[in-house]
Amino acid sequence: MIKTDALVIGAGPTGLFTAHQLKLIGLNCEIVDNLDKIGGQCIELYPDKPIYDIPAIPECTGEELTKKLIQQLKPFNIKFHLNERVDEVKNNSGSWHVKTNKGTNFITPNIIIAGGVGSFEPRKFAPKECEKYENKYLFYAIKDKKIFEKKKVTIFGGGDSALDWAIELSKNSKINLIHRRDEFKGALSSVEKVKELSKLGNINLFTKYQLKSVKGNETIESVDIEHDNKEVKSIKTDFVLGFFGLIMQLGPIANWGLNFDKKTINVDTEKFETNQKGIYAVGDICNYPGKLKLILSGFHEGALAARACFKLARPNEKYRFEFTTSSKAIKDRLGVK
Amino acid sequence: MAKITYIENSGEKHIVEVQKGLTVMEGAVANNVPGIDADCGGGMACATCHVYVKDEWFDKINKKNEGEDDMLDQAYEPKKNSRLSCQIQVTDDIDGLEVYLPEKQI
Repeated sequence: MIKTDALVIGAGPTGLFTAHQLKLIGLNCEIVDNLDKIGGQCIELYPDKPIYDIPAIPECTGEELTKKLIQQLKPFNIKFHLNERVDEVKNNSGSWHVKTNKGTNFITPNIIIAGGVGSFEPRKFAPKECEKYENKYLFYAIKDKKIFEKKKVTIFGGGDSALDWAIELSKNSKINLIHRRDEFKGALSSVEKVKELSKLGNINLFTKYQLKSVKGNETIESVDIEHDNKEVKSIKTDFVLGFFGLIMQLGPIANWGLNFDKKTINVDTEKFETNQKGIYAVGDICNYPGKLKLILSGFHEGALAARACFKLARPNEKYRFEFTTSSKAIKDRLGVK
Repeated sequence: MAKITYIENSGEKHIVEVQKGLTVMEGAVANNVPGIDADCGGGMACATCHVYVKDEWFDKINKKNEGEDDMLDQAYEPKKNSRLSCQIQVTDDIDGLEVYLPEKQI
């Protein structure tokens, strides 16, 4: 059981700056994020796209912004729990007991949800029967590539993950690569490599096809794929892989007893607290009259929520507002003279 | 103003007047048409405002933007007539447009 003054859910720009604010006022905190890397939507959706409305930064990409925010957190030793999704939140005599899908447990008076539009999850296949084979013969991510050796593997998708895995697995497996259109969005060099392997017969390429159905009993025997012009082909296969990128889903947050307005959480604008005492929501996921989904708004919301955390984390102390330019205590925390 | 018909997967129709200059996504959100989530708010950074454009209208609306097809790869059941509704501009020329909503967005 990890005890912390505040738990931040989400390692996007808002979560990162909120953690900075918590540490600056002397609270400790840890961060949980379901992605395998820090940066949230900035790093997953638009790492290379320029952002023009961060105050005092005329232009920076999602990746650059993330790097700067991480750099700003350097003085503080913050523990990140990546690849973990918070599944359960329960009130335990005034404290919150939080459990992740990996079994990590936290006890904390404060939870700050900086969850964007929810957690990133793989886009799954539409046909219902796919669920039955999931994580046995049908995967959305690869953990152990050895299981595919000498087998027939059918890969769906047109991005880098689909192309890279088609190239890699074609060394030891028979590969079918299927994409819904002729153009691929992956790196040009990978696209060329796939086309070369296709000419050599190492990869069977099917474009303008999509998955129609999966056939089999205990194991997968074949898939039916359908062309834009409705023609259906049956392909023998042992494994099916889908790489359609990640989509954002609200996930378990919906079950924590919070007040929702569609996919956003209602908060007050003093503490950014939800209807549950000690649970705050900041950034894109929060909602209040006049809410703007801007990164800069998330910074403001995080700064105020952090101050609200102080009261519950240090009930016997009084929070005193201080400037970073003049506070000795803050400078000590930052490790500067 | 352009009259736009949003047809839910169930077949239910929503006919709304949308001001020109808006997008087909904004027209749906402003009129509480269900089935268009628009998680990213119109930034072409998600695929949750996905619609199928009625065939006869497909070539009459503005063409796809660079990167739109890449996002559509992530949509639920994309088809040949798939578009992101945040990228369809409302003009007088598209008065009468009909779009079908997918079974779900995510």
